[in-house]
Amino acid sequence: MRLLDSIGAALKGKGVEAPGSKAYWPILIYATLMAMAFLTLVPIVWMVLTAFKSAPEVAANPPTWWPREWHPENFAAAWTFAPFGRYLINSFVMVGGITILQTVTSALAAYAFARLQFRGRDLLFLLYLGTLMIPPQVTVIPQFILIKELDWVDTYQGLIIPQAFTAFGVFLLRQFFLGIPRELEDAARIDGASRFGCFWRIILPLSGPALATLAVFSFLFHWNNLLWPLIVSNSDATVPVVVGLRNFQGQYGTEWNLLMAAAAIATIPTVIVYLLAQRWFVRGITMSGFGGR
Amino acid sequence: MAGTGRTAEKVPWTKREHEGLAAGLFLLPNLIGFLIFTAIPVGAAFVLAFYDYDLLLGASWAGLENFREMFTTDEVFRAALFNTVYFTAVSVPLSVVLGLATAMLVNQALRGIVIFRSIFLLPYVTVTVALSLVWKWIYLPDIGLINSVLGVFGIAGPPWLTSGTWAMPALILMSVWKGFGYNMVIFLAGLQSIPDHLYDAAKVDGATAWRRFLNVTLPLLSPTTFFVVVISVISSFQVFDQALIMTNGGPGTATTTLVLYIYQKGFQSFDMGYAAAVALVLFAAIFVFTVIQFMFQRRWVTYD
Repeated sequence: MRLLDSIGAALKGKGVEAPGSKAYWPILIYATLMAMAFLTLVPIVWMVLTAFKSAPEVAANPPTWWPREWHPENFAAAWTFAPFGRYLINSFVMVGGITILQTVTSALAAYAFARLQFRGRDLLFLLYLGTLMIPPQVTVIPQFILIKELDWVDTYQGLIIPQAFTAFGVFLLRQFFLGIPRELEDAARIDGASRFGCFWRIILPLSGPALATLAVFSFLFHWNNLLWPLIVSNSDATVPVVVGLRNFQGQYGTEWNLLMAAAAIATIPTVIVYLLAQRWFVRGITMSGFGGR
Repeated sequence: MAGTGRTAEKVPWTKREHEGLAAGLFLLPNLIGFLIFTAIPVGAAFVLAFYDYDLLLGASWAGLENFREMFTTDEVFRAALFNTVYFTAVSVPLSVVLGLATAMLVNQALRGIVIFRSIFLLPYVTVTVALSLVWKWIYLPDIGLINSVLGVFGIAGPPWLTSGTWAMPALILMSVWKGFGYNMVIFLAGLQSIPDHLYDAAKVDGATAWRRFLNVTLPLLSPTTFFVVVISVISSFQVFDQALIMTNGGPGTATTTLVLYIYQKGFQSFDMGYAAAVALVLFAAIFVFTVIQFMFQRRWVTYD
């Protein structure tokens, strides 16, 4: 192939890349990126701008871009029509509970899989891995029946516990732990540290990035997740904001300015977490992508 | 740290029991939860599919009845299966190509490029339900954004979400917009792992930019591409949020996807055995597609 190329290049002469072509190349790239960024942001900006418009302006044809008058009270109105404050608290409790439970228990289990010798280790790990291949919608029905039997429907524990023990966290952290040199622990072991001591004083302090990655991933995923809370929650006491937003749509489906205000409220926490912890999130994508390559 | 320094001195890891006990303690918190709430439900799902299960009436053995019904008389299931394949067949190529193109653009060493990366990933992390509501508005036939823009050019846009023909393309467009940034991130990691000297060598050989893309980038990126395609297929088979919020499967069954159908059967009609059977078919479909992709990968994926 390379030979063919060189022949081709030789035949065409060396002017394949015009000498001046480099100058406008960055401008071209910037222009393309700007256009794409514009298209990417339009719906999100649109959501925010619409949230500030008056009801008649929202219904205007053709639509206006910039609000003629600003109506920040739309947010207050959405807030009073549905208890979005409560929904936000529910979301934080649910997501916080899942994230903490998942990160802590996964770290412990991942350490056992990465470092300890015990019978059936590989088989057990295979069982963990196997469940990663099962789409969550397959387990949702038995999980719900179980929750129903436990009388956990419409409770925080019903929202949190079934979602906190997936294999993903164990898998992610095990990969990371395997990359930590064993020698670090050997030295501590000789000095008499227990297994837990090694885990606590050597592995965990080195695993900040991996734990942060898992936590951010878990936060964003579960804040977004609709199916499980949709099934489990049915009163304001437990409904997380995503489900609240969906119910709000059912009731105020035509009041677009209020709906957009509510949508913005539901979105703000994820955008903040994303902007603050973007690095960890991106790392999570590439790490769970088995390194991408 | 209780116990630290007690066992000490004499290499404790030759004793298997110690290690087994420690392993048990490390594993226990996660393992209990995992077995009860993940592993057992996975097993139960396979059993449940062969039952008639109603929350009030309880369970009765149905054998293959659920599957027979699905593949013979259930038109909604057939539509859902078709729609899911349609959605996947169109959205995966689009989001993979767009993800790769964007990754190549943001892989340039240009000032402010990081900002563009953040922007392109933003829809992916933004709450899907919120975005579905925005897009529902964007797709409104009269005052919606798209038809207003089309109107400027004298084009009368279709009533997107209420049209049997256009509802699915509308759903696909929204999903590609939301998801391409994820693919971009993985492609970007792949691109950055290609060593520069290969490009330099190609340049010395006089390869054009396009040639370098075809003969260096694409082959070296093929494991990444393969991974992105597999992941994209799996996740688009599971599309749910957008379909529920934007169209609720309609008009008719034009956008009823498999997961939406599982939700409707299991949690609106409470026909849980049947829903479990549909879920099993979803799993089988994902499994078969993934296996096929692994079988064909050696035709086009090069590992170095």
